Amino acid sequence: MRVVIIVIQIRAFCAAVFSLLAILVYAPAAQADFAASLARFAQDEFAETAIAIDEIAASGDSRAQNVLEALVSARLFVDPASKKVFRRTVANVVHDATNGEPVAAPPVGLQVVRINNRLRGATQNAIGALTLMAPDPARRRAAAESIFKSRDATALAPLEAAIKIEKDPAIAALFAQARAVLVLAAQGTTKDQQLDAINILRTRADIGAIAALRSVSDKADADVKTLAADAVATIEARLRLMSHVQNVWYGLSLGSVLLLAAIGLAITFGVMGVINMAHGEMVMLGAYTTFLVQEVFRAYAPDWFDWSLPVALPLAFVFTGLVGIAIERGVIRFLYGRPLETLLATWGVSLILQQTVRTTFGPTNREVGAPSYMSGAFDLFGLSVTWGRMWIIVFTLFVFVSLLLALKHTSLGLHMRAVTQNRRMASAMGIRTPWVDAMTFGLGSGLAGIAGVALSQIDNVSPNLGQSYIIDSFMVVVFGGVGNLWGTLVSAFALGVANKFLEPMAGAVLAKIFILVLLILFIQKRPRGLFALKGRAVEA
Amino acid sequence: MITKLFLERFDKAGWIFLGIMAAVAIFVPLSNLLLPVDSALHVPTHVMSLIGKYLCYAILALSLDLVWGYCGILSLGHGAFFALGGYAMGMYLMRQIGPRGVYGNPVLPDFMVFLNWKELPWFWYGFDMFPFALLMMALAPGLLAFLFGWLAFRSRVTGVYLSIITQAMTYALLLAFFRNDMGFGGNNGLTDFKDILGFNIQAQGTRAALFFVTALLLILSYVLARWMVTTAFGKVLIAVRDAESRTRFLGYRVEHFKLLVFTVSAAMAGIAGALYVPQVGIINPSEFSPANSIEAVIWVAVGGRGTLVGAALGAVVVNFLKTSFTTGFLAPYWLFMLGGLFIAVTLAMPKGIVGTLQDWSGRNRARASALDASAQKPAE
Repeated sequence: MRVVIIVIQIRAFCAAVFSLLAILVYAPAAQADFAASLARFAQDEFAETAIAIDEIAASGDSRAQNVLEALVSARLFVDPASKKVFRRTVANVVHDATNGEPVAAPPVGLQVVRINNRLRGATQNAIGALTLMAPDPARRRAAAESIFKSRDATALAPLEAAIKIEKDPAIAALFAQARAVLVLAAQGTTKDQQLDAINILRTRADIGAIAALRSVSDKADADVKTLAADAVATIEARLRLMSHVQNVWYGLSLGSVLLLAAIGLAITFGVMGVINMAHGEMVMLGAYTTFLVQEVFRAYAPDWFDWSLPVALPLAFVFTGLVGIAIERGVIRFLYGRPLETLLATWGVSLILQQTVRTTFGPTNREVGAPSYMSGAFDLFGLSVTWGRMWIIVFTLFVFVSLLLALKHTSLGLHMRAVTQNRRMASAMGIRTPWVDAMTFGLGSGLAGIAGVALSQIDNVSPNLGQSYIIDSFMVVVFGGVGNLWGTLVSAFALGVANKFLEPMAGAVLAKIFILVLLILFIQKRPRGLFALKGRAVEA
Repeated sequence: MITKLFLERFDKAGWIFLGIMAAVAIFVPLSNLLLPVDSALHVPTHVMSLIGKYLCYAILALSLDLVWGYCGILSLGHGAFFALGGYAMGMYLMRQIGPRGVYGNPVLPDFMVFLNWKELPWFWYGFDMFPFALLMMALAPGLLAFLFGWLAFRSRVTGVYLSIITQAMTYALLLAFFRNDMGFGGNNGLTDFKDILGFNIQAQGTRAALFFVTALLLILSYVLARWMVTTAFGKVLIAVRDAESRTRFLGYRVEHFKLLVFTVSAAMAGIAGALYVPQVGIINPSEFSPANSIEAVIWVAVGGRGTLVGAALGAVVVNFLKTSFTTGFLAPYWLFMLGGLFIAVTLAMPKGIVGTLQDWSGRNRARASALDASAQKPAE
């Protein structure tokens, strides 16, 4: 095994040296004048045409592909009088092949540049090679992928030429993998070449590589077959690991959404003990604030659209916070100590808020756009990570940490903790408990509002937005342990990850049902959640 | 003697309620069947169906009042028991369709043929027999409530925690019943019923009979509930509601009492659902939606929790309002109305209609007797 690898490394080194030499030799040819090459077509000699094809293919010029495609489909013409070359497009417009400009009145008596079968083959290879050498890296990448999939043996020659001049290491690796597939599929390759190919494919962890490795013929050498089987096993193990990593990532992503939705509830329900069934509607109001802010940006400052979310965040916080304070002052403060009544009254509030939004904005989904930094994805060790999800996780953790700090290090936080621990004592010490209640409720509602800003990026903004989160949020808070922010964090991520691991096995809906049933059973076992408060606070 | 004991169980409100219900049970179907259409006292069939629906809701409200008003268990999942009973009835009605479905399969309901199923799932067996279906209408919700309650009450899950997990329960069932491969018709639910007990379900006579049965069962439910809360058992329930720990320290097995009343209440809700389905002609998973269960709670709150009569009254009043609001130009305002009702009742009228009335009459009587007392004083 080790010997094989050393041999391969030596071979790789030799290959690298040779390709360097090749580039040095090749480079002047690539500089050949495009116009001069074109002029060779005018000779109307097969030998000259062959040279022209090679030169044009090697030129890497952006016009090369058009000219060669025209040549293959008999759309390339020579004017015998001026010796100029013309190209007719598929749409029947004649262009000057040299400068690519359309020609309004093509000269009379144009003659087709003739080719034979040998030249046709050469041209087609050259076209294939051209995409492999295209200046645009995306096209080179796509060409390599298409060869990898098609296993077209005729692509081997252009591919090898392309490998020699490829400078981008990532694309060079793709080329090498595509070449390896072709080597494996080809007849009459040596054992060393095959082993080499298998080792290159091993680095590629996807289904395509497995398929290519499985296609190793039964007549192949025993060593080759063992190595191929070994490579398949390696790739499969890596794929399994990747799928677990992916599940964890999706789970964290879902968990961050749950945490965002629940974090305000962790304050109102967890710290104050108020059952706020209108919490989901606060999230919805936050999302609609985002919508309104974006409408304003669309109308007055479309160029600054990326700033709509940073602007919406404080607005949503303040707006939903004020709504929350109004609810607390208007309804909830009369119901302290009667949690079941609070539940019903806030449900009524939620119905009213929903219907208000429905009559104002209509029952359908409203369009909330994603700023440029929220769209797109990047590749992390083969895992495709979308920026939107990434930022939501980061944002959630930021909100969580800020909240912890606010509770610990601000005077409002201090008052809040004092009032929750012992209301009458706090009152006796001169803390205005009703004011603290209102502020705490406002804080929880404001947090729901900024959750709404984030959720507007991944969910439909409709009057029903809040309802889909309310049960989940309560489950997160109860599971984590009421009155414990860290518990809420752990429980949100645990539920998110558990959900995503169950999903591939049971489907999305069943997974959710399982989680709900498990939670119901869990609450029987530990009625006060994962991290229950101990001591006197329990009875409060 | 026994009759006397029985009669003593009802207070004034109870007697009024029983009187009105008996009158409704007899008058409405007879008027619908016998009086000529142009008579002022004739009750059209659609109105009878509507009132029948309200009466089903009234049974549900009674069952909820039994646990919430007397035992302090705020269940936000009673809609689930209602829907389960409804599904049991729906399954019986589906089997009664027989070969008259669109696909003409003698055994499989249409939606199963549509899903390309070859055999009846095991849990559909027996639903072609009415007695079995009847049993399941009470047993299925009762069993679920028993299991759920046994787990929850044993580990002393109380108050809002219990409310939240009952809500999670009905939500989980909602999701489950929406799935096509659960075998309950998925999204569309069960509908297109033909017969009940051999009678055409659309026929006027059948509808009148269903109405009568519903009214009768409302009376029976009331009597049962009233009996439960006025016996020594009921006294313990109220003690649990008002001071659970103290009741436990007095030596009562609180969880047993809660479990029994919760199970009975769930079975009652199931029967309400079973009566509801043939009258509205459809049962689908949206009946499990948590909003429905919470709405049922507000019926009880509006009528007056812990009064039984009030619960039934609240169900009828709120649903009458709902019908009048959701048909016509007021439709967009119904949720404002309902939401306002939730807030107004909890803030301004925590005892509901019946509770507030009883308070008034009680205060008047107290004042009257106080006046009597002061009037008699000089004579002494």
